[in-house]
Formats: sequence, C-alpha cells, structure tokens
Amino acid sequence: MVAMTRRRWLATLGLAPLAGALTTEAAGTQQQQNTFESIPPRELLRRRHFPNSELVTHQGKKVHFYDDLIKDRKVVINFMYAKCEGICVPVTANLVKVQKLLKGRVGRDIFMYSITLKPEEDTPGVLKKYAQTFHVGPGWLFLTGRPSDIESLRRKLGFAYADPVEDADKSNHVGMLRFGNETFARWAACPGQAHADWIVISILSEVDGPTRTAMK
Amino acid sequence: MYFNVFGKKVSRAQWKQMLNAQKNRRELIAARLDRRELFKLGLLTSGGYLVAKSGLSAWADGGCDPGTCQLGCSPPTTPFVDPLTISPVLPERQLSDPGFAMAPTVCPNSAINPANGLPFEGRGQFNGVLRPGTDCFQFFNQFPPQKFFIERMRQNTNFRITSDPRIPPQTIWGFNQGGTDPTTDPAIFPGPTIVTRYQTPMLVRRFNELPSGAPAGGFGVPETSTHLHNFHSGPESDGGPCRWFFRGQYFDYYHTMQQAGFSFDFPPNGDVNESLSTLWYHDHRVDHTAENVYKGLAGFHLIFNQFDTGDETTGFHLPSFFSTPQFDVPLFLADKLIDPGTGQLCFDTFGFDGLVGDKFLVNGKIQPFFEVQKRRYRFRVLDGGPSRFYQFFLTNPDNPSQSIPFWQIANDGNLLPQPIQITSARIGVAERVDIIVDFKQIAQTFGATRLWLENRLEQTNGRAPTGNILPAGQIQNALVEFRIVGNPVADGSVDPATGPRFYNLPSTTPTPRITRNFKFERSNGQWAINGQFMDCNTIRFTVQRNSVEKWVLENSSGGWQHPIHIHLEEFQILSINGQPPPSSPLVQTGRKDVVRLEFGTTVELFFRFRDFRNDYPMHCHNTIHEDHAMMLLWQVQDVGDSNTEP
Repeated sequence: MVAMTRRRWLATLGLAPLAGALTTEAAGTQQQQNTFESIPPRELLRRRHFPNSELVTHQGKKVHFYDDLIKDRKVVINFMYAKCEGICVPVTANLVKVQKLLKGRVGRDIFMYSITLKPEEDTPGVLKKYAQTFHVGPGWLFLTGRPSDIESLRRKLGFAYADPVEDADKSNHVGMLRFGNETFARWAACPGQAHADWIVISILSEVDGPTRTAMK
Repeated sequence: MYFNVFGKKVSRAQWKQMLNAQKNRRELIAARLDRRELFKLGLLTSGGYLVAKSGLSAWADGGCDPGTCQLGCSPPTTPFVDPLTISPVLPERQLSDPGFAMAPTVCPNSAINPANGLPFEGRGQFNGVLRPGTDCFQFFNQFPPQKFFIERMRQNTNFRITSDPRIPPQTIWGFNQGGTDPTTDPAIFPGPTIVTRYQTPMLVRRFNELPSGAPAGGFGVPETSTHLHNFHSGPESDGGPCRWFFRGQYFDYYHTMQQAGFSFDFPPNGDVNESLSTLWYHDHRVDHTAENVYKGLAGFHLIFNQFDTGDETTGFHLPSFFSTPQFDVPLFLADKLIDPGTGQLCFDTFGFDGLVGDKFLVNGKIQPFFEVQKRRYRFRVLDGGPSRFYQFFLTNPDNPSQSIPFWQIANDGNLLPQPIQITSARIGVAERVDIIVDFKQIAQTFGATRLWLENRLEQTNGRAPTGNILPAGQIQNALVEFRIVGNPVADGSVDPATGPRFYNLPSTTPTPRITRNFKFERSNGQWAINGQFMDCNTIRFTVQRNSVEKWVLENSSGGWQHPIHIHLEEFQILSINGQPPPSSPLVQTGRKDVVRLEFGTTVELFFRFRDFRNDYPMHCHNTIHEDHAMMLLWQVQDVGDSNTEP
C-alpha cells in the first residue's frame, strides 16, 4: 500500500490550497466527499504504536523495533531502568517467575522486552549486568537506544501519563506489562505486580487464543 | 522537547501553535458561531472542516494523520440527519428451532464438537479452560425456563452510524435476532432489546460467531462473556469476566426471573420491592470489555411485572412500551472516535486512562432526531461508556436560557419510591436513569417546538469530568433532538406531578454482619483495589449467603473518578462523605448497582446478598480501568469470612 501523506489526505478533501494560504472565497456549493483509505488492522497498529527505531540489546546487538522485535511475533513488553529503587525490582523479579512459568516458550515463540527509561545511564553493559543479576533466561532482551527514540517509543506504546508533571517523575513510571500477538493485532496489558501465574494465563490467552479457535 | 498528543515530536513553534489552536477552538465555541458564520469568515470549508489557519482543531495541528485515534480528530458530521432508531424486541423462539437442536441442559453441554475440538457449550469454562462439574444452573428445576431466545454474535461490515454521506459504512460486532441469514437478520448495535417478565423464567442461547484473524480497526477479541447488568443471576449465567467462551461455541444464559430473596426472606418469588426495570447486557471478557462493547456487543434488557406493565392503562400507568408507536423508549448513549484516515470507528487498545469520544451516538446513530407527540414519554437513558460521565439537560435550542424540568422515576433502572422533579441528571458508565418528559406541557409552558437532550458536563480525557457545566445550546453537545409535532394527543399515563407511589425501598435498618473497606487506588499507572490487582484465580473474600453487609468504598486515586459496579444484588447508598445521599439536585437515592466515586469520595453501601452461591466481581465500570485490573472477585457461600479489608 502507498502510505498516505498528509498532503495527499488534504488533497482528497479538496483542502490542499488551504494548507498553504487561507482562501477566503467559498469553496463551492458542492458537498465534498471524503476519500478514505482502507488500512489493514496490523498496518494501522504499526503506524500508531510500533516505530521501527534502531535499538541496542543488552548483548550489544543492533535491532529495529518493528521489523526485528514485533512483526509476526508474540511479545511481552515493559519499561524499567537499572538504578530504579521503586517497582522495577519487584516487577523484574515477577517477570523472572513469569519466564520460568512459560517454560521453554520464551525465546522459542514468545519474546520478552524490557526497555530502559534512562538510555543515558543504561548502556548495553549496564543492562547486561542487570540481566545477569536477575538470572534472566534467553529470549528476554533488555533494550536501550537514542533518548529521543526511546521517548517516542514510550509514548507510542502508551507508557506515558497525560499529566506532564506526573509523567516527568520516572520513579512513578507506568508499571504495566503490554503483551500481544502481532499477527492477530491482539494486545492487552496487566499490572507488572499482578500474581505471576495470572500474568501467564493472561499472556497465553492473548498469544494462543486466536489459534485455539482457528476453525473455518 | 515538545510532543503533540500523539507522541510525535514537534518544534516549540508548533507546540505553541497547538496550544493556540486549542484556545481558538474554545473561543469559537464560546462565541457560538454557527456553520454559516464560520463559512463567511472563511474558517470553514464546504466539507465542514475548520481550515488549517493557525490550527483550529487537533485535525489542523498536523497531528491527525490517518490511523490516529484521538479526541478532536474525527471527521465532521452533520447532526440530526437520522431518525432515532429503536432496536427491535428479540423474538421468542421455540425449542423446535434449529438453534436448539441441542436442548438446553441444567449442567453444561461439554461434549466435544469435532469441528473445532472445543466443548459445544462454553459454560463450565473458566479462563477458557473447562472445569468439569461446574456451572450447573442454580434453581433451574424450581423455576424451569418458559421462554427461550437466541442471539448470534457476528460481524456486520455494512452498519451505518449516520446517513451523512461523508461517513462510510462501519464494521461492527453485534448481536442479531437469532436467525442464521445475515442479510435478513444482521448483527446490530445496540443489540435487540430483550423484553421479559418477572415470574416467567427464561433462557437465552448466545452463539459466538465472531470472525477470526486480525479484527477490523485493530480492536475486538472474539471471546466473549455476556453480562446481564443488574440482574440477580447465578454466576454461571451472570456473564462474569472469567467465563468467556470462544467462537464456534454457544452459551446458555438462564435467569429465574424472580426478585431477590426468593429462597430466603421472601419465598417463593422474592421481594417485589427489589424489582428491576431497565437492565442491559454487554460483553465482560476480562481485559477486553472496553473494546468489545465499543465494537457493539451490548443491548437493553427490560423487565416488566404486574406493576411496571409496559401498558399505561394498567399497573403504575407508566407510558406504554407495547403500543405503536411506543412511548417508552430506551436511549443507549455511546461516545465514539472516528479515524480520520479510514472513516471507521477507532479504539486505542494501548490507552490506560480511558477513552472519551467526540461523536455522540444514541441508539447507534450520531446525534439522531426523534419526532415526538404532545404527551408524556418514558426514556430509559443508559451511559454505555466506555469512559464518559454525562450530565444531561433538556435544552430548548431556540431559547437555551430556559431551565426545563422533567421527572426522574428510576435510578440505575430501579424505580424510585416516587418521581422526583429534576432539571438534570448525571450518569457514569453503566448507570441508567429513567425519566418522564411531558412534551405537551413543555410545548405549552416554554413554547418549545424542539428540545435537545444535551450533555453539558465537560470531559476532555478518560480520567474524570472537569466538573464544569458547559453553556446550554451548543450543538456539538446535543445527544438527540426531539421534534414536537402535531396537536396534543390522548395520554393515559400517570402525571408524575400527582405523586404516584412505586415500590417502597427495602429497609436498611438490619445490622450488617460485617463492614468491609475498599480503597480504589492507583500507583505506577496500575489500578488497584486495596493494593491488589484483578486476578481470575484469586477470590478475595467470602460473603455469607442470605446476610446483610456494609461496604465502604473510598476513592484514593487522586484526579480520577470511578463508577463502581457490584454484581448480584443492588445496594442502597447509606452515606456519601458522611452525609445522607441527596435527592436534589442530583438523585443519589434509591436502589443502585453503580456508585460514582467522585474526587476524594467515600461512600457507604448497604447490601443484602441472597439466594445464589459462588463468585462475582466488583469493578470500575470505566471499562478501560476495568480492563486494566481495577476489579476483584468475591464469592457467596454458606459460611462467610470476617475479612474487613480484603
């Protein structure tokens, strides 16, 4: 599909001349018909939520967020930072339990991503140490990147507060987990501090739900 | 660094322009310029858009790219082009109907369907997994079902929310009237109205025939659990959050249609003063309720009895439902957003705060009109969510300064002891208010030829209303336009001014067995009740069957408001912040099933828990909060616990 630019969009509405300068004459008496495009659900969510920013894993590998980490995958995403004294520790410890309860699936068909909120501090080396401290298993990546990319990612994934004062307090960051099955455009979230066995049921119901009933 | 509301980086200049745009927009609205005047000023195009000069809307500030789903981005629509639609009454079906080829059974039909490897019936599953031996219907043999219904949950790709030609047909999910042919019996929103009578037990079979694959618009999950909101049902038929079923399955929902207390203090049929009138059914699938209801999986369920008869010549003489035309009309309010790129209803599944829309739908149409006769009507107004609080008034658009009174006869669909005259009513998500509007009297007293049901409560995000009451007569706040036509007509309904009595309030004097305390909180963006999160596998406390309890609910979440709903039995509010509940200017008295926890509010609720056993939820009915764990499960058993802060 050809991506629709704002200019093309304006053109379809017959507003292109107005984008540059204000036209005072009436635009005519004919009713303008809107021209809408059909955006497939996965593409729609990609545009809205999944930038293809370049990130670096705790193993020092460069990856592109959408192409390498999200597309066609079943994933679990949260935000954290290494020196966090608030909920990061209980949430990470909880996710370690979740990873164990998911048995061998993490790294095989489910992937876990913890994205740092402080990319200035959290170099791949710092994150690697953090991962080692918690004995995280394979298939769970800690991610850092350019601060502006991380900030955009955080907002697009819905981990920002509407209130800028509240949002600026990193110790109060959103402790939710976001998980989903990209192929089926199916996403949900739950608190990172919920019981690990319930988190696992929630994750599996999202990622496996669609194929359980793939009849017809 | 500056960001627009879509998380897109913008320059400082653009950011200032956005703020300026907001200000402009407010000023334009405050100046009450109409379309013609805006057009003359060159600020409006013939297509209806505000032009891009200095940005006059979010659309104009560069943020509304195709695919965005944000307040202020929906394309313009013309109000009052469609007549109000009234959903059809769900037809009764015989057991000989092919849909009942497998007869309903007391215990779930868990035989495996070879076509999909799933049990034929979804009842008996919990978290999507069969729990053999559970969820047999309670009291089924005592009250065998006499009326049978079928609904099929399906997709409809050709549903019109307006006949404004600029807005294309929509893809929705909805309930149909039980037939198999989608051309003659498509899924609709709101779903067919289910009409039942007390003392006539009923069963509705719901087939999940929703599509697989990535859903249109990127929202909606084809696993559902249909809750009958406010009814006194066993958990197996209540449609709770953890009892979802899959596409390819059916689920029998059985209701005794007896009032509460039928097995305890009011045998054999329950306390008539616990009669319920205006209920609704809606999806309740844990984590996905908001998107599924938004997509259309909801409808009204009305219950009549020997007093509230649906016939104005009998009983309480309330305006007739069963006449043609009907003078008892349910109004399903739903605010929506439209994607400016696709023209389709959109829903952001990545939002935590809640969603408020900029398009008001009433009974599935954007700002419809309704031709009314000069007589009394009963309207049953429901806030269908997902997040908005409404305070609605009757506005004469030709003289907005008039304060027009009407009568409230029910709170949350439960008739009050007697009508209360009001000039506005506030409802949070899932709350209902039944009102009587006398168009003859209003036409005479106020000279009105048309009236708007107008929402004047300002709300700009999913957290809470601002509390500001907006000026009357702003067309974008009109929900429906009533057009008063013809000469005065015969009216057999009771005049609320004569002080008719309905049901008495059940007594709240018995001493509660226990008082339980609940704090509705938020920390690190996570919703919690008493510091804990929703978990289908954790039942937090046990109520003793056939006992009285007092619950104290406290909102300690800062700048948020929560409409809290408790299943099984309605309650009465004993106090709000230590004061008895007011009946003026907003009616907080009567029997309710949702309580609005406004800022810093503590409420005390009085409950009787009777008849049924097993688990039910309590949750925030801002369905986005509900989907993000602001919910807990409790249960009723023969022996209760003493957990005061569960």
